[in-house]
Amino acid sequence: MNLALTHTRYQLLQLFRIPVAILGAAFFPAASLVFFVVPNTRDNPTGATLATASMVVFATMISNLFGHGTGVSDDRAQPWDPYTRTLPMGPAVQFTSRILTGVTMMMLSLIPVVIIAALFTPATIAPLDFVLAIFAVLITSLPFTMMGLSIGYLMSTKAALAVVQLIFLPMAFAAGLLSTPGEEPGFIQTIAPFVPARGAVELMWATVGDFDVNPVAIVSFVVWTLFFGALAVFAYRRDEGRRFR
Amino acid sequence: MTSNQTAVQTRPETPDDGREVIARAIGLTRRYGDTVALNEVDFTVREGELIGLLGPNGAGKSTLLNTLVGLRKPSAGRVELFGGDPAVPANRLRLGMTLQETGVPATLKVAEAVDLVAAHYPDPENRDELLVRLGLEEFAKRQCGGLSGGQKRRLALALAFVGKPRLVVLDEPTTGLDVESRRLLWDHIRNFHSQGGTVLLTTHYLEEVEALAQRVVVMGNGEVLADDTVEAVRGLAHVQRVSMVAEKLPELPGVISEERIDKRIHLMTHDADQLIRSLVRSDVAFSGLEVQQATLEEAFLTISRS
Repeated sequence: MNLALTHTRYQLLQLFRIPVAILGAAFFPAASLVFFVVPNTRDNPTGATLATASMVVFATMISNLFGHGTGVSDDRAQPWDPYTRTLPMGPAVQFTSRILTGVTMMMLSLIPVVIIAALFTPATIAPLDFVLAIFAVLITSLPFTMMGLSIGYLMSTKAALAVVQLIFLPMAFAAGLLSTPGEEPGFIQTIAPFVPARGAVELMWATVGDFDVNPVAIVSFVVWTLFFGALAVFAYRRDEGRRFR
Repeated sequence: MTSNQTAVQTRPETPDDGREVIARAIGLTRRYGDTVALNEVDFTVREGELIGLLGPNGAGKSTLLNTLVGLRKPSAGRVELFGGDPAVPANRLRLGMTLQETGVPATLKVAEAVDLVAAHYPDPENRDELLVRLGLEEFAKRQCGGLSGGQKRRLALALAFVGKPRLVVLDEPTTGLDVESRRLLWDHIRNFHSQGGTVLLTTHYLEEVEALAQRVVVMGNGEVLADDTVEAVRGLAHVQRVSMVAEKLPELPGVISEERIDKRIHLMTHDADQLIRSLVRSDVAFSGLEVQQATLEEAFLTISRS
């Protein structure tokens, strides 16, 4: 565990030495909030709160999919990566440190979302619920973390970037993240429970407001998380560094 | 890839003289798609040995090293590191390694990189002393990405030694280093070896093997061609290159191989004197005669092809 924390510290140090990268991760969710939520929920505290929760899940998706997907694949392209594989540490250290780094970066990317929601929307949350929401973020981000790690360990940097860009917006849309809860288009209502992001956002909605979660969405959330967790471990073990044909 | 290339193999393994086996490959085969990088290689490293692994590019040296430390998985056969599977992290605790392509964490500072690697070992070297020994003390606060090629290589070597390893595996440790840095590193390796450390290194430089190694393993086309002392391998591989500018040469005795590069004809032979006597007697027109001692690599390539 100590070793994982050491790795986390140095990973964060490396990220903080390129501050623009952090700004980039925080920009998209904050901008979505400003353009879509702020103007449309002026007199609707409940709607604003749920919409903010949706944007929080959106932000955790972006942060983890891009952070791990492109981060891991980019690391693997560097000669430093095979060297670190000769050090006496296993996947547990690698995964733990990457997840801790990802959580830190994700929490940072959420700060602007929370600030904008508090200042410019009527969204409200009780202090206890806010604390619960932090834990909910940690849990609901898990499938995106594992998805990001799987992509990162399976693909080259360019492929990972393309795949992440292709999946994040459709997944958010299919999960109903970009619609008002309960007012999604019909086909979205049909497919949403089977999309990993749906269980995540329903848990967030239930944490910050009055929302009854769909058990199907929760089960599929758990199944997706386990599936991508197993895929990430498989991809790590299969990986022998960058391969060329 | 034919098995008759092992014709000059003198001794498949070092004798079992009671020293502990540090690393071992048994019937190790590694394929990349259709390419066979290692073909049923048997290879043993014992405690306290200083082994030079020699061979042309693509001979399988790096694949052998990378498989021994667990970076690559065998396609067939098996490898052992400190008596266990190198893929198990605990079996790499007494290993230090440099890879052929120097890897440093670009945005970390030199001192940070050393600290990060040192954190993996129970009793690491003192960071500042180590940096002084490898001539890196003045760069401790510089980001690794800003180092020159030679400095990066010295840092990679510092990282290989920081965990007080029993075995260091160095893949072309001095390629690209200037003469002074190379001497510095040789001293470091000799010092490490004299204190009981085990060294396995690859190189393209015969002088490096002669300066450091006791045992030489020559590889070619994924197989071990020779495995013996430096003197014995040198004797086996006594090959000279006789080259000259000529239109066409008659049949000459003792020619192992003949190759034409531009206008020059290169002849490999065990006996250059005899060859030149015959050449002069044949009365053929030639100019620019040169006789060179072939490098060990050339010698073994020549022998393995003939």
